[in-house]
Amino acid sequence: MADERLKEMSSFRRAMIRPELGAICGTILVFVFFLLVAADTGMFSPEGALNWGIVSAQFAIIAVGACLLMISGEFDLSVGSMIGFAGIVIAIVSVQWGFPVWTGIVLAFAIAIALGALNGWLVIKTGLPSFIVTLAFLYILRGLTIFLSIATTRKTIIGGVKEAAAGDWLAPLFGGKIFNGLFVWLADMGMIETFTRGRRAGEPIVDGIPMLMVWAIVLVIAGHWVLTRTKFGNWIYASGGDAQAARYTGVPVNRVKILMFMLTAFCATVFATCQVMEFGSAAADRGLLKEFEAIICVVIGGALLTGGYGSVVGAALGALIFGVVQQGLFFTGVESSLFRVFLGLILLLAVILNTYIRRMITGER
Amino acid sequence: MSEPIYDMRDVHTDEASLIELQEIEKHFGAVIALAGVSVAVYAGECHCLLGDNGAGKSTFIKTMSGVHKPTSGQIFMDGRPVAFESPRDAMLAGIATVYQDLAMIPLMSVTRNFWMGREPTKGWGPFKYIDFKKANDVTMTRMADMGIRLREPTQAVGTLSGGERQTVAIARAVYFGARILILDEPTSALGVRQTSNVLATIDRVRKSGIGVVFITHNVRHAMAVGDRYTVLNRGTTLGTAMRGEIKADELQDMMAGGQELAQLEGSLGGTV
Repeated sequence: MADERLKEMSSFRRAMIRPELGAICGTILVFVFFLLVAADTGMFSPEGALNWGIVSAQFAIIAVGACLLMISGEFDLSVGSMIGFAGIVIAIVSVQWGFPVWTGIVLAFAIAIALGALNGWLVIKTGLPSFIVTLAFLYILRGLTIFLSIATTRKTIIGGVKEAAAGDWLAPLFGGKIFNGLFVWLADMGMIETFTRGRRAGEPIVDGIPMLMVWAIVLVIAGHWVLTRTKFGNWIYASGGDAQAARYTGVPVNRVKILMFMLTAFCATVFATCQVMEFGSAAADRGLLKEFEAIICVVIGGALLTGGYGSVVGAALGALIFGVVQQGLFFTGVESSLFRVFLGLILLLAVILNTYIRRMITGER
Repeated sequence: MSEPIYDMRDVHTDEASLIELQEIEKHFGAVIALAGVSVAVYAGECHCLLGDNGAGKSTFIKTMSGVHKPTSGQIFMDGRPVAFESPRDAMLAGIATVYQDLAMIPLMSVTRNFWMGREPTKGWGPFKYIDFKKANDVTMTRMADMGIRLREPTQAVGTLSGGERQTVAIARAVYFGARILILDEPTSALGVRQTSNVLATIDRVRKSGIGVVFITHNVRHAMAVGDRYTVLNRGTTLGTAMRGEIKADELQDMMAGGQELAQLEGSLGGTV
C-alpha cells in the first residue's frame, strides 16, 4: 500500500530538511553579516573570537539543559536564579567560612541538583504547569540568594574567590585553561599576537581555551548523543511528545522529567561555577534573565515549545547566534539597545522558518 | 505479578480460553460502571465488544488491561486466576492494548514509536546506544507484513494516515509478543478505505493465533471480522453470541437499549 501521492524526496532535500535547519541558516546569515560589517574591527582575530566564543559558550551550557528539558515537555524559569544562588553558595562556603573551594563547588552542585529534583517532583506531584512552579522558584531562589549574601557578609558581592581557589584541585576544572602550550607555540611562530608591553610582554594575548568552552563543547556533544542515539533519548522525546502514550508503552515519564530538571540545575551550576572562577567573585544578581536567553537559544535551535521535538545541536547554534550578535554589535559600535531589536527579529525569523520545516517533517497541519 | 489466593470451590473456567473475565463489577464511588460482565477470549478469534457511548466498554477493557482493578469478579488466564496491579503486569502477561488516540506520538519517527520503551541497544555500560539498524530493519519488515510499505523508517508518524498509525500500533503489539490484542475503537475516526485496511489487519492478526478484542460501536465493522459478539449496555451484558447466531440489526437494537430484548434472548442461546 505504498502511497502514490507521496512525492519521492531527493536525498539533498532530505539532508536539508532537519530540525536544525533554521539555526544553520541563521548562523550563516549572522556570520556573513558580521564578516561584511565588522571584518576590520578585530572581531575575527583570536582575541575577538575568544570574546564572542566565551559568551556563546555560556549560552550553550544553559541551552543544553533547557533544550533537553523542553523536549521532555517542561520549562525551567529558575535557571537564572539558580546561577546566582549557586555562585553565592560557593563564595560563602569558600571565602566567608574559609572551607576549601572544592567543598563549596561540591556543595553548590549538590544543593542545586536537589533543588532541580524538587522542581521536577513538584511539577509531577501537583500536575501544575512547570511554568508556574519554576516561576515561583525564580523568586524564591533570587530572594534567598540576596538574603543569604547579606545575612552572612552584609554585601551582595562576595570577592576573593580567586585567592581562595589558588591551589585547589577542583577549581581549575571550571576556571582553568587548556592548550596553553599550543598557544605559546603559535605565538612563538608569530601566528598569533602577543602582548608587546607590560608584565606579560611576549606572552600570547589568547593563552588557552577556557574550561568554560570545553564544558560547552562536552555538554553539547554528550547531550546530542544521548538525545539522538540512546534509549534514554528516545524516552525524552516520548515524554514530551505525549506523556500518556509514553506511559502506556512503559516509559518512566516521571523519572525522565525529574532527571531533566536536575540536568538543567546542573548546567546552571556549571555556568555559575565557571563565572565565579573567571571573575573571582560571586554576586547576588548574577544570571538575571538567563532563563529566557536559554529558552531563546533553544527555540532558535528548532525545538518545539510544547515539547517532543528539538535538537541539541540546534540549541548550540542558537547560543552561537546569540553570542555573536551580542558581542558583534559591541564590536561594530552599534547602539546597544539595537541588540534587542536584532535579537527579536532573529528569534521571529528562526521560529517562522522552524515551524515551516517542522510541518514538512512531521506532517502537522 | 502477584497471584492472590482465591477460593477455588465455585470457580468454573473454560480452560481453552486465553483470558476469561467473570462477573466483573467496577464501581467509581457511587457510580456503577460495570455491574457483572463476563467475557471469554479465545486464541485465533476476534471478539467484538459492542456498545454505545457510556456503556462501559472503556471501563471493561481498562480492567482487562490492568488500568483499573475490578471491585469484584475474577480474571483467569489459561484457566488460572490472575490479578493485575498495573498495566505493566497485564502487558507482561501478553495483553496489549491499542488505544484510539494514544497509540502513537506523531512528532516521532515510525521506528522510534515502534520501539518506544523497549529499544534494542548495543554497546557497553553507560555507552549503550540504540541499535538503529536492527530497529529500522524490523520496523520495515513488520510494517510490510501488515501490508504497509513505508517510504523510510525515519518518517514521522504524523505523516501517516490514521489507519496506518493504527497498523503501526498493532504491528508493535504483535511483535512484542501480544497473546491478546485489545483494539479500542480502531476504526471510529477512519475513512472507508482506511477502515478496510484496519479490518484486514485484524484478520491477519487473528489468523496468526492471537486473540483479538475489537471494541466498536459500528455493527458493520463488527460483522466484517467478528467471531463472537458481546454487547454492553449500561454496564451489563446479555451474553455472548457466536458468528451466525445473530444478525446485524439485532446487535444494533441491543446497543440502542434492547427494545427487542425478548426475541433476542432466544437467539443468544440461553446464555443470559
